[in-house]
Amino acid sequence: MHRRTLLSTIGAAVAAGTLPKAWATTVGVTATEIKIGHTIPYSGPASAYGVIGQGHTAFFKMLNENGGIAGRKINFISLDDGYLPPKTVEQVRRLVEQDQVAFLFNTLGTPNNTAIQKYVNQKKVPHLFLATGADKWGNYKEFPWTIGWQPSYRTEAQIYAKYITLNHPNAKIAVLYQNDDFGKDYLIGLKDALGADYGKLVVKEASYEVTDATIDSQAVSFQASGADVLVTAATPKFAAQTIRKVYDLGWKPLHFMTNVSASVGAVITPAGPEKAVGVITSQYAKDPTEPTWKDDPGMNEWRGFMKKYLPDADLSDSGYVFSYGVCNTLLQVLKQCGDDFSRENIMKQATNLKDLEIPTLLPGIKVNTSPTNYHPIRQMQLAKWNGKTWELFGSVIEGAGT
Amino acid sequence: MRNGVSRAAPWAFLIAAAVLPLLLASDYQLFQLTMVVVYAVAILGLNLVTGFNGQISLGHGAFYAVGAYVTAIMMDKWDAPYWATLPVSAAICAGVGFLLGLPALRLGGLYLALTTFALAVATPQLLKYKLVEDWTGGVQGIVITKPDAPFGLPFNADQWLYLFSLTVATVLFLLAANLVRGRIGRAMMATRDHALAAEAMGIDIALLKTRTFAVSAMFTGIAGSLGAIAIQFVAPDSFSVFLSITLFVGLVVGGVASIAGPVFGALFIEFVPNIADQVSKAAPGAVYGVILIAFMFLMPSGLAGFLRGLLRKAVRSIRPATPSRSTEG
Repeated sequence: MHRRTLLSTIGAAVAAGTLPKAWATTVGVTATEIKIGHTIPYSGPASAYGVIGQGHTAFFKMLNENGGIAGRKINFISLDDGYLPPKTVEQVRRLVEQDQVAFLFNTLGTPNNTAIQKYVNQKKVPHLFLATGADKWGNYKEFPWTIGWQPSYRTEAQIYAKYITLNHPNAKIAVLYQNDDFGKDYLIGLKDALGADYGKLVVKEASYEVTDATIDSQAVSFQASGADVLVTAATPKFAAQTIRKVYDLGWKPLHFMTNVSASVGAVITPAGPEKAVGVITSQYAKDPTEPTWKDDPGMNEWRGFMKKYLPDADLSDSGYVFSYGVCNTLLQVLKQCGDDFSRENIMKQATNLKDLEIPTLLPGIKVNTSPTNYHPIRQMQLAKWNGKTWELFGSVIEGAGT
Repeated sequence: MRNGVSRAAPWAFLIAAAVLPLLLASDYQLFQLTMVVVYAVAILGLNLVTGFNGQISLGHGAFYAVGAYVTAIMMDKWDAPYWATLPVSAAICAGVGFLLGLPALRLGGLYLALTTFALAVATPQLLKYKLVEDWTGGVQGIVITKPDAPFGLPFNADQWLYLFSLTVATVLFLLAANLVRGRIGRAMMATRDHALAAEAMGIDIALLKTRTFAVSAMFTGIAGSLGAIAIQFVAPDSFSVFLSITLFVGLVVGGVASIAGPVFGALFIEFVPNIADQVSKAAPGAVYGVILIAFMFLMPSGLAGFLRGLLRKAVRSIRPATPSRSTEG
């Protein structure tokens, strides 16, 4: 190991002096350092996401204290964009052109990543494991340098549809969706998995606008349509309204709720915990507040890390769990790189993850990527609200298609 | 009386601003400077209506957004060249500004501030509205292509865009300086200082106010267009209420009712958030706030007013006999 470090140091020195071309593609990597760029809102209306950036920073600190990667320390440069796309463009240009990072990691926000996607692909900078739930980060043909991480809304909808066709083949499905990209991704996902049966199984689709006051009329029309399954792709306020209205109508469909609105505090409590009994959602990561994971080795590993590197942090904040999961995915990529940290190889390794298990993901969920699969997490497990907590049931289900 | 030095100073500054960055700055820094130019024009527009005419607007981000979207839609849907979108954007924003200036006639001071603030709050949602979604691209926004230098000029895209923006900004700053120095400018300021007296002097206040609003919106709209070309992307989230507040901060920090003030204000809003981010990841907003308070405490009349004071002191110490009659430039 020491000899290898020495050799690579000498190699770097020789290369820097005599063979600059051979090293031209390893931007941001020296014999002692790997530079990683990151943007996140530390300020502004979305600054609650800032904990993810703090989690990342702590993770790389731990990594460096444990010797780094292939003898190199991680230089993690995390910048504030205030969730403003123009600021993201500015900060990413700084990271790429001035700081000369090797790659970008887990940049946060759908509009923010849309703003920089074209630029980073032109510059051929790896744009790894974005922090957004949109489905479009899997478009490897047009944007081969951009890859997502978490299950997309579309994948989630595919999983619900798969469960329905398997367990309720004669279901009559009603779909409530928010009339924007978020809601429409669910429709697309359902169509992916139901295929030609979509027209037969889905008896009613209705949308609402974010500006609407209530979804009451939609809920009434669903009941009148005779549907016995409801898929709700709504943001928390409307999700709570839906749960309550469905209960008040005395209608008892099998109710699937997007995991965007699975928050106990923001949805279940306002709707009434007893009214939500039986509602089904999906999860891919372990919930830090869930008693099930009290003695879980993976979560204990995470708690140990938190205790040492972020002793003052709020352990119930799932942002830290997210951070630990995505950082571990990156760690595997860097390990797989061996001693070749060229941008081409980083991208190659990021798209060649095989059955990677992450301590903070649900048991059985594996990270898989390939040059034609840019959706690292495509599995989720269903959970049912039992009046007190979300109770996982059944096995891990994988999304359909690509 | 203006002496030769103070007449030549802005031009010397302009030539330095055009040439030095091309020689010294990296592409990334040029991009930042382009954004400074863009914000300077946007704040200049706000300054016309708020600084010179006394109508407080907290909604200029909306005009900036309209300008940006006009350019983005024209470039995206009709493949219009970027420069051709500017006159269209100017005309549309002036029209929108004129219409929004109408309620301003009935609403004074804080009430107008609140009304325009409501406009700023509504802007992102209006852009997502489904009737206009086919045009605006909804939440996803519109990605546009960065223009290259024309006629085979030896500039890269960032250098060209900087020069182009600087040229447009120079024209707009000259227009604004001429406007406020002349008869209309005096009428604007008279209306600001004492509306009743101004009316007694024969100024048609209604017409003046709505027209000022229109010109102001036009300036800020053109800035929005330039900003969209530089960023290469527009989306509702880019034009949140914070944009309007940021422009207002730039106005006050730079110097209210000063033509040079917006340049300082733009430098502030472009670079100070980055400094705050360097100081603290935990609370960059708080650091920004402290810097802002410090600025306001030390320079209550803005950076332009502060520098003007320094200059006046220096001139006085050299030539104590000269009476200070010069108007600001």
